[in-house]
Amino acid sequence: MFRNQYDTDVTTWSPAGRLFQVEYAMEAVKQGSVAIGLRSKTHIVLACVNKANSELSSHQRKIFKVDDHIGVAIAGLTADGRVLSRYMRSECINYGYTYESPLPVGRLVVQLADKAQVCTQRSWKRPYGVGLLVAGLDESGAHLYYNCPSGNYFEYQAFAIGSRSQAAKTYLERKFEKFTESSRDDLVKDALFAIRETLQGEKLTSHVCTVAVVGVGEAFNILDQETVQTLINEFEISGEEAPINESNVEQSGGDGDGAAPDQRGAAAEEGAAPMDI
Amino acid sequence: MTKEHANWSPYDNNGGTCVAIAGADYCVIAADTRMSTGYSILTRDYSKICKLADKSFMASSGFQADVKALQKVLSSRHLIYQHQHNKQMSCPAMAQLLSNTLYYKRFFPYYAFNVLGGLDSEGKGCVFTYDAVGSYERVGYSAQGSGATLITPFLDNQLKSPSPLLLPAKDAVTPLSEAEAVDLVKTCFASATERDIYTGDSVEIIILNANGVRRESEQLRKD
Repeated sequence: MFRNQYDTDVTTWSPAGRLFQVEYAMEAVKQGSVAIGLRSKTHIVLACVNKANSELSSHQRKIFKVDDHIGVAIAGLTADGRVLSRYMRSECINYGYTYESPLPVGRLVVQLADKAQVCTQRSWKRPYGVGLLVAGLDESGAHLYYNCPSGNYFEYQAFAIGSRSQAAKTYLERKFEKFTESSRDDLVKDALFAIRETLQGEKLTSHVCTVAVVGVGEAFNILDQETVQTLINEFEISGEEAPINESNVEQSGGDGDGAAPDQRGAAAEEGAAPMDI
Repeated sequence: MTKEHANWSPYDNNGGTCVAIAGADYCVIAADTRMSTGYSILTRDYSKICKLADKSFMASSGFQADVKALQKVLSSRHLIYQHQHNKQMSCPAMAQLLSNTLYYKRFFPYYAFNVLGGLDSEGKGCVFTYDAVGSYERVGYSAQGSGATLITPFLDNQLKSPSPLLLPAKDAVTPLSEAEAVDLVKTCFASATERDIYTGDSVEIIILNANGVRRESEQLRKD
């Protein structure tokens, strides 16, 4: 991006009405390794690519269980993500203690968004540099939300964030219409296909990705490596290929904004500011 | 000058008795299901036992509102532990947490007389017994509540517990088999029910061992 005189702190507006610090925080999300989410009527699947600094080190944990009915996948500054996960867990526990029932997902994401907004309006703070895909099940059904550093949040049928997420988004845009009626296993398969799209040639194995599921009758759980590898082998052996990329991107639907292309965020000064989504 | 005393108390005693016995590879936790106030029975069907973790069950007699609050606090703390450590709390760890939680309210105590039973990390039965403000000890068996004074001498006689009657203190876990221990517990409650008006209706027995958890129920005199 570009450096200019209005980006020193988050409480300075640019003449074009933008807060550059917030936009830079959204850049941090785009630099993180990819995380995707997709949902059906009864299940939500989260998947992410595990990046390790070197062969000697362990992978970063990017998917967190927040409660039996809510999980989150993050992209960006994972330390910020960990702190926000701890906040979410704490909110769920306190709500459960007071009301003896699970915290509705919609409420949690609003609290999260408000928390992020505070950091965009205090001169001694900085925005959280992490995007969160919140997957949750409550009385009103299965939900997938995306919370960004700006304090905005959107509900999605399917979404991808992080570097090379556009490849996943293109795949998801083509397939999302049938997700509502998909079975749990098909949903997991589509998640793995989407992850494979972002790897762009690199071999998909259970060592490079993590998959988690939450749904009706299934508490949030991260699938273990063997299960994931078995699923990968199943569709690779059967020779199934994700359908070839079409050049035209279909009109995105679903609640919220669907899969907004990354290019919009990197627009020149005269382009729409990302927060306008 | 005589001091004026409050005509309202924040506490009430809902009666009842709790017992726990530790075996070599099992643990039995039992409590009657009568909840009373004064000379009246509120319900014949109230559970005083709470599962705090996979291998920790707590039975509490006393003021059930405080017991319920205590159970909720411990359950929430266990959730936090699981998020942070990615595993269940061990029984000895839960024992310490319960003690700290009780002492936290040293100057407005939980009116709860607790017995914590479970399996330790070696799979052996463990029982911890508490007072209202958190003083605790690992023992081979324990009884708390309105029938405790009737049951404890009987268990002392039957379980030949080496400590504190015999020195040096040996391993306090009873050599009885699981079935024998369950039978002993049923006998304890049958006897206590005869003479303690606050104990009766039925006894809920939880048996914890390497295979998991089992629940038994036995009817008691309802008078």
